[in-house]
Amino acid sequence: MAFDTIDAAARRGVLAVQDYALLSGRAVSNIFRKPFYRSDVFMQADIIGVGSLPIVILTGFFLGGVLALQSAATLTQFGAAAFTGQLVSFSMIKEIGPVVTALMVSGRNASGMASELGSMIVTEQIDAMRALGTDPLKKLVMPRIVATVVMLFFLVILSDAVGILGGGFVSVSMLGQDGSQYFHTSYQSLQFPDILQGLVKPVFFGFIIATIGCFYGMRTRGGTQGVGRSTTQAVVWSSILIIITDFMISRFLIGIFGR
Amino acid sequence: MNGGANGATPQLSPASSNEPVVVFEDVSIGFEQKPVLENISFQVRTGEMRILLGPAGVGKSVLLKLTNGLLRPDSGRIFVFGKEISAMREQDLFEIRGHIGTVFQEGALFDSLTVRDNVGYRLLEEHIPDDEITARATEALRFVELDGTLNKFPSELSGGMRRRVAIARAIVTNPKLILYDSPTGGLDPITSTTIIELVMKQRDISHTSSIVVTHRLQDAFVLAMHRFDLASNQMEALPPHQTDPNTSFLMLHQGRLVFDGTTAELVHSNDPFIREYIS
Repeated sequence: MAFDTIDAAARRGVLAVQDYALLSGRAVSNIFRKPFYRSDVFMQADIIGVGSLPIVILTGFFLGGVLALQSAATLTQFGAAAFTGQLVSFSMIKEIGPVVTALMVSGRNASGMASELGSMIVTEQIDAMRALGTDPLKKLVMPRIVATVVMLFFLVILSDAVGILGGGFVSVSMLGQDGSQYFHTSYQSLQFPDILQGLVKPVFFGFIIATIGCFYGMRTRGGTQGVGRSTTQAVVWSSILIIITDFMISRFLIGIFGR
Repeated sequence: MNGGANGATPQLSPASSNEPVVVFEDVSIGFEQKPVLENISFQVRTGEMRILLGPAGVGKSVLLKLTNGLLRPDSGRIFVFGKEISAMREQDLFEIRGHIGTVFQEGALFDSLTVRDNVGYRLLEEHIPDDEITARATEALRFVELDGTLNKFPSELSGGMRRRVAIARAIVTNPKLILYDSPTGGLDPITSTTIIELVMKQRDISHTSSIVVTHRLQDAFVLAMHRFDLASNQMEALPPHQTDPNTSFLMLHQGRLVFDGTTAELVHSNDPFIREYIS
């Protein structure tokens, strides 16, 4: 009996992975097929990118600030408080900027995508769209993937910049450090592999957020309760996958570049 | 929608062509290892209206979704306009669906689009000029007597009005086949009559082939025993003992097709289930 349950659960898991791979593959291949829903891409870019600006700026600024606050306390013990800027910029660009921005965008947009598409499924709007001759993967999923990947890339750059600014603000105004020294060390210590790591991650994270959000939305069953369930699962799984992928990308790039 | 002779009452004659628009050959489908439809075979000919009857949950909506390729059968073959849709890829089905109008159970209107954009959705996708979309959407809405609702959102409409907008959306491109999934489900009797009148109008004015799913016998018999009079713009009863020759019945019971025939054959059937169902 227990074996049957495990067997059924494993089968469901494998099927879900297969469905996810098929949805992602078809949605990506739709980028190169006509018609290309340009206006839908721009609309989603506005919702995902511009709409996420306040939370990304606020979290970025205060994360940079708290990083400076915490690291300065430790660095001072070793007489290395001057390296606060370097530590903040390293942490923000390589790790915290991409991961936290992706988690914030995931909380806001993966849930939004899952609930929007899920509601459309339970009210037969997706079936109606298919019946009217429109491919929902092309019209609804593809624009969300393109918009999330592109906008998250720029949101992460913005978050990194605002985070370093936040760290600078705290270092100067609260820790009494020299501003030019902070920004000088922040900038000088950065190398190509650090920037590359910071810019590669949001591309993968954006893809994860959009595909997981759309995947759970498109497989919603069971009315409004089902929509709620899909929304929760979308946020949980996109967050988990972001953190796992972060580790894998970091390991891979550190393996190549040695830092 | 606009194919009828102006002012003339449509003649009661069988469909002009016997060419089948829809053919089901031994079609079966199940969900989670539970059979829903088994060995279903029937045809819909050009200009014909097939009324699909059966108790709730018997698989009537599933049969409609099989007809426009939204679901695929586990076995058997389905032909629409002579093409085997059960063997086609999803991408190729979109072209075929362009010739099929579907009215969903609850309307399934896009709630973030206005009535104009809902009705003209297919035209928007085809990049038809805006003026033409507005004109054709207005014309379709006039057919369902809702031409003042162009800029409203579905949430601002009553249930009956939403169902009429769904009919307007289905007919705006003059499809060759219309699938009505319980068009009167959940509506009050007066609104139901209005909807049935519109379905009849489409049948008698445009002679579009159709499948009408319903579990309301009253609606089914109104469709079979009335015709639409264009001059008075309302339906009228056919003479006693006369039924519409283009309207016939299908009945599902426990996943099987238990009846396929005319109104007279249905009424005089000796099958115990059918007798009980129509009594």
